[in-house]
Amino acid sequence: MFYREAGQFKKSYKEDQAILPILQDKIGVVVILLIAFVAIPILASDYWLTAILIPFLVFSLAALGLNLLTGYAGQLSLGTAAFMAVGAFAAYNFELRLPYMPALVSFVLAGLTTAIVGIAFGIPSLRIRGFYLAVATLAAQFFIPWLLVKVGWFTNYSSSGVITTQPIEILGFVFDSPAKRYFLVLSIVAFLALVAKNLVRSNLGRAWMAVRDMDVAAEVIGIKIMRTKLIAFGVSSFYCGVAGALYAYAYLGSVEPDGFNLDLSFRILFMIIIGGIGSIMGSFLGAAFITLLPIFLDIVINEGAEILNLKLAAGVTSIMQLLVFGGLIIFFLIVEPLGLARLWQIAKEKLRLWPFPH
Amino acid sequence: MTKKSILQVNEVSLSFGGVKALKNVSFNSEEKSILAIIGPNGAGKSSLLNVINGVYKPQQGEIIFKNTVWKNVIPFQAAQSGISRTFQNIALFKGMSVLENILTGRSLKMRAGLLSQGFYFGACSREEIEHREVVEQIIDFLQIQHIRKTPVGRLPYGLQKRVELARALAAEPELLLLDEPMAGMNVEEKEDMSRFILDVNEEYGTSVVLIEHDMGVVMDISDKIVVLDYGQKIGEGTPNEIKNNQRVIDAYLGVSD
Repeated sequence: MFYREAGQFKKSYKEDQAILPILQDKIGVVVILLIAFVAIPILASDYWLTAILIPFLVFSLAALGLNLLTGYAGQLSLGTAAFMAVGAFAAYNFELRLPYMPALVSFVLAGLTTAIVGIAFGIPSLRIRGFYLAVATLAAQFFIPWLLVKVGWFTNYSSSGVITTQPIEILGFVFDSPAKRYFLVLSIVAFLALVAKNLVRSNLGRAWMAVRDMDVAAEVIGIKIMRTKLIAFGVSSFYCGVAGALYAYAYLGSVEPDGFNLDLSFRILFMIIIGGIGSIMGSFLGAAFITLLPIFLDIVINEGAEILNLKLAAGVTSIMQLLVFGGLIIFFLIVEPLGLARLWQIAKEKLRLWPFPH
Repeated sequence: MTKKSILQVNEVSLSFGGVKALKNVSFNSEEKSILAIIGPNGAGKSSLLNVINGVYKPQQGEIIFKNTVWKNVIPFQAAQSGISRTFQNIALFKGMSVLENILTGRSLKMRAGLLSQGFYFGACSREEIEHREVVEQIIDFLQIQHIRKTPVGRLPYGLQKRVELARALAAEPELLLLDEPMAGMNVEEKEDMSRFILDVNEEYGTSVVLIEHDMGVVMDISDKIVVLDYGQKIGEGTPNEIKNNQRVIDAYLGVSD
């Protein structure tokens, strides 16, 4: 009844092509942004900010990067964590060697460095696709962390390979509290999400989807397949690189190359599969599902045990959590293979008619 | 007076390993004409179309398009110089809406850079609206206004074919290659499609090369017909000449000897 576009007429193509053509969506987004930018910094505790919200945002950004490549351009990649590592270590080195540079500039440079590395590892995509390409990107996943450990310069010759990030500082302003860091991460993620949305609704995004859906037809139309794929790798890696830099600087504070392992790559891949392949919002939903659900399950299982007066042996909680988590993933994939974003879309279509049958 | 020819195919031969798909095929197509390629299944019709816009590389022969000689054309060049096409098995971009599919057809004409697209500002937003206007004209022309926001995967077959034609037209081609535009359609849909092809030819002056199995349609709309059988050209001429060509009749009906 409330979600309805009846009576909202568009008078120009400009209005029709707006990101949020429907008034209710505009209100919804404004409300979400108000909650994210105003309510959460005021209400959330430091624990919530550092342990839940900042990682959620960082993973959303990485998932968004992977989604541009895999969901929109159709190139499967298992190297996300490696690209995040490049971003983290690039930002560290830029800050280390050019100490007066604002953090934001280092993050952008880290993203650009990652983009170049990403394009290099994207070159095999010109000849191979699908699972074979995934194996080729796996090479990045094993090679990059190995290189970061092997060449001491990258970690500033730290004996354990662990780097401790410098404080985030932009023109004298230090982001020293969780709320400030949250604010910074949120601003970057919101901005990059907007850019991603713009990219996918303009010519480049259509070229990506064309290559994904039917590459012969795309070529015949005059889309340069090679260029389109490499730009996809570049843009996607830029996002992953910035996410990696934020992962190190705003979330963990100290990272080692081995932390960016295949496990992390798979986590991010699961995020986009569960959230929705080829959907900007899906990246956020998937990241929320994967980062928040284990915490939620933890609470439910512990509380449940207390209510039922059960004494759980140590470790049972975490095993139960994994079991339920795995079960839920399978359940979701069977019920809606296109992810949470698709469920949301169906809900919107239903809401348009509700409560009337037609 | 003979008209200028827009496309000349000269002695083209194409083989896949031992299979000779095309053997010394030559023909030419006049500007603003409709040329039909017919022939039994496996005669090499689609291969010929694929050679013309560079999907396949012929071992021998050349293509002359608008007075430029091409030996080894790549699809991008073909698209750039004004050839667009549709496919036998619909090759639409399934995950996109009708509007997006047709807009993709205009990608060669879009110039906005990466940053402009990322911020949807300046050149990009201007272009998106300009091209939208052209696309809307094509949508009106092909009468698919009601489905412009529908994902193409949800459309019935006949409409998908029409959307594919729209995408090809969006590039404002000088030569339109249509691979069985009417396959699998009912009579009414075939009539609609024939009308669209004739209208395109008349209004925009686009030359058309099409492959079609429905002889009624072919005889009605084409100016010239080329007949292929086992990769060889066995006849060429106006519909009337083809109707009375003994070799063509033999190829289609078989010879009793």
